[in-house]
Amino acid sequence: MFRLSSFRDFDWPLLGMVLMLSVISVLEIKSATLHTRFHGFDHKQIGFLVIGLVLMFLMSLIDYHQLIDIAPYAYGVGVASLVIVMLFGTRVLGGKRWISFHGAHFQPSEWIKLVLIVVIARYFWGLAGRDLTWGDIGKSFAIVCVPMAFVLKQPDLGTALTYLPILICGLFLGGIRFKQAAIILLVIGVVGGAAWKTGKVLKPYQKARLTSFMDPDNDPRGSGYQIRQSLIAVGSGGIWGKGANKGTQTQGDFLPIPYTDFIFAAFCEEHGFVGAMGVLLLYFLILMRLIQNAQTAADLPGSFLIMGVVAVMVFQIAVNIGMVVGLMPVTGIPLPLMSYGGSSILFSFLALGIVMNVRMRRFVN
Amino acid sequence: MSSSPSPDYLNDKQEKVAPGKLHAAQYIVVLVLIILFAGLWRLQVLGASGYRVLAEANRIRKVPVLAPRGRLFDREGRILVDNYPSTSCFLLREQVKDPTVDLPLIAAGLHIPLEQIQATIKRYEGAPGYQPIPLKQDITPDEQAFIEAHRNELPELETLDEQRRLYPRDGFAAHLIGYVGEVSEQMLDDPKYAFYEPGDVVGRSGVEQTYDALLRGKDGSRDLIVNSRGKEVGRLGQELAIPGQDLKLTIDLDLQMVAEKAMEGKIGALVAMDPHTGEILAMVSRPTFDPNEFSTRLTRNYWNSILTNPDHPLLNKAIQAQLAPGSTFKIIMSLAGLEENKAQDLRVDCQGGATFYGHFYACDRHHGEVDIHNAIPLSCDTFYYTLANRLGIDTIAKYATELGLGQRTGIDLPDEVAGTMPSTQWKLKTQHQPWYAGETISVGIGQGAVTVTPLQLARALSGVASGGALRRPHVVFADEVPPEQAEAVAETFSGSGDKTIPMRTENWQLITEAMAQTTLTGTAAAAHLEGIDFIGKTGTAQVMSHAALARSGGGHRTDPNAWFVGMAPRRNPDIVVAVLWEHGNWGNNSAKLAAQVIDAYVNKQRKLHHNVRIAATPEPVAKPAIPPETAKNDKSVATNL
Repeated sequence: MFRLSSFRDFDWPLLGMVLMLSVISVLEIKSATLHTRFHGFDHKQIGFLVIGLVLMFLMSLIDYHQLIDIAPYAYGVGVASLVIVMLFGTRVLGGKRWISFHGAHFQPSEWIKLVLIVVIARYFWGLAGRDLTWGDIGKSFAIVCVPMAFVLKQPDLGTALTYLPILICGLFLGGIRFKQAAIILLVIGVVGGAAWKTGKVLKPYQKARLTSFMDPDNDPRGSGYQIRQSLIAVGSGGIWGKGANKGTQTQGDFLPIPYTDFIFAAFCEEHGFVGAMGVLLLYFLILMRLIQNAQTAADLPGSFLIMGVVAVMVFQIAVNIGMVVGLMPVTGIPLPLMSYGGSSILFSFLALGIVMNVRMRRFVN
Repeated sequence: MSSSPSPDYLNDKQEKVAPGKLHAAQYIVVLVLIILFAGLWRLQVLGASGYRVLAEANRIRKVPVLAPRGRLFDREGRILVDNYPSTSCFLLREQVKDPTVDLPLIAAGLHIPLEQIQATIKRYEGAPGYQPIPLKQDITPDEQAFIEAHRNELPELETLDEQRRLYPRDGFAAHLIGYVGEVSEQMLDDPKYAFYEPGDVVGRSGVEQTYDALLRGKDGSRDLIVNSRGKEVGRLGQELAIPGQDLKLTIDLDLQMVAEKAMEGKIGALVAMDPHTGEILAMVSRPTFDPNEFSTRLTRNYWNSILTNPDHPLLNKAIQAQLAPGSTFKIIMSLAGLEENKAQDLRVDCQGGATFYGHFYACDRHHGEVDIHNAIPLSCDTFYYTLANRLGIDTIAKYATELGLGQRTGIDLPDEVAGTMPSTQWKLKTQHQPWYAGETISVGIGQGAVTVTPLQLARALSGVASGGALRRPHVVFADEVPPEQAEAVAETFSGSGDKTIPMRTENWQLITEAMAQTTLTGTAAAAHLEGIDFIGKTGTAQVMSHAALARSGGGHRTDPNAWFVGMAPRRNPDIVVAVLWEHGNWGNNSAKLAAQVIDAYVNKQRKLHHNVRIAATPEPVAKPAIPPETAKNDKSVATNL
């Protein structure tokens, strides 16, 4: 199982691009926390990155087939941890999302993403490419919706939503037929619309966040405030930006949480359209490289694992940057590899570890 | 496995994801990135300039630096109106996080009832959210400490340091000085005040209004860089405030004090002027008001008490009361009669009145034989009825108008009134009726339709005593004001102005001699000042006809108005004082008030300036109309105004 020579097959260009993004991230976190009490978060981010890199290498060493073997147990542990959060979790900013353990905080909902990617890969591998029955589809829904329901309950709408692309990706690659997809979308549309109306599923503040992006000026001091300030930050950056550490929206504390959810707005303000294009280009190259790895994967579960990672990343990039530029509601989804935060960084690098894992074993057959 | 037949081959294919699906995934990624690219393009390339403005508006707050208003001094440089530093507290509504928590805290800290704060907020509901709304003016040091201590909890409180007007207490010289207040809606609509903005403090009356452009200076501003909580984190630059110009008034504080004291508790006005120059030395109107109440928050109670006062405290009666001049008008009658050669030979046997056009006109006494020499000191009505009848209304009107009646004097104070000098023309124009000769008789003693202001009367009568030299009255020294300003003021307050009326020396000197007799043995003998060349003319003007008086059944408000115009010395006087005491009953009473001011003036002149001209009883010989040094003064005044 452990073959040192396989590190030659490690995806070094991919790692290089990821580290470039990480450097940009650290510099922007430094800038965004310069005059705040969060000063020094850039150093903590470096720490997370180092841990992430170590975990990535470790992850790449375990054959992904073994990961798939233990997936059901991981799933069980994951769901159990969500139950523990619900019962004993620490309440932060109105949400019960964290487990404190010896001074360290864990957000189990992030790990579930990883577990779901593996479980879904295993599930569709088991179906081995045959046409999906309604029963198959129902089971896949059940796998994803159980943890999703717990996370929604926390309440953490953003993270809960990131589970969906894993399911969608699985169904798409697993061979769902167009008719089935259309029927599912229709049902979700009707049920979702009804749920919105009754107001039992989403809390009012969640609804306000989901709608205010369409007209942020309607309530500039309320839920539209964050979007408005984000738009001002991005727009006022112009083509070349205001320069590192010189963003008035970022430094003046007008931009909300500029080191996590709105880090891209802070970056756009200080480095302009040109800088933003650079970051988008890096994401493009990373994603293309990932999909290429999925193509070269030795078997079906390998492709499924990588495409699961791709699905989560694309979704998070689309929702986060979409939010920053006013195309998406505020959902509190971090930008992968950019936003400050241990759980998010560790997830990204563990996911990359799985990708490396698959790539290193692409010639197994 | 690879060598297996078709089932294995198929199985092998199924071990891989179809490449088409991965290509589709690539397209989805590209599509997502293109959408994000478009979003960034829209904001950063197309909308950049607009968002830059918003970003600047976010972080830069313009804080006005208010210019201190110019101070006012008396003619000797003693301060009349000063400023004092004051701090006001404003509420930034956008910063209020939770009104139910913040407002009670603010109410307690600033000692304002909670309901009042809520009412204030309600009043400003229509105003834009970023506009600070005033909570309290003149906050105390401990209230300021409260605001400082709660910067974090109550970021919505903002203080503004400013200079406030400190006026003399108890309405001292209030009408002359005026007051400041927030610019009114009407003023904002007037293109003349185009440079005012809502909320500006401007002069609303008196000198404060006339010279507002000089006094106000120019507000500066400071550009502060603030963070999202409005906390100052840096400064960009500032535009310094240009303080308003100090102004020296022509008022003599010593005389003003005497005048204020003389008029205390009465209704009416007193104005003292230097007839050589038109400089107003003192100006009092009663009842008065406290301008300090106007410059801070005007309380409803105080405003109501002013509005409901039947004696109109806001009216500057020295220039805004138009009342019948009574017998003081006889000086103008005398001049007209002498100049027209119709008074010199007039002899009247006064038996308590005379009948004209079938109507009996009463005199208050049986004066017996009266001619032009004793008609003034005796103030014999019968003589002037007859003279008026001889002259006719239009001749009287000609002289009165020459002397500035029926028109504004042009004093540099707002809202001066013109009074009325009736004539046949005037009556035709205003009442579309012909003039009846009988009406002329009453005009002869300053009753009927003729109305004047105390200032008009002072100027006209001192003009006669100065040989026809009339000056434009003013309260600010001409050389205090830049030429273009002076021009603007003169244009705004046009009137009779500077002029010299031709009159024969023996005529006006005859009149001044008679006025000297008035304070010696005549109607104002009780006001005689020993050792001072003090002359004058009384007037007792009925406020209603005898018939109306009988109907009303008397009472204080039916008492006649007491007028007096006094001067010193008798020829080319250095000071003229006109007193209007409404319902003062008898001109003699006003003469005593004027005498106090003249006495104070002369004593001061003696002590400080060794001016003995006033005290000496002059030679009976006629002197040149205008002494050379005065003529020089006149010239300089004329060019300056």
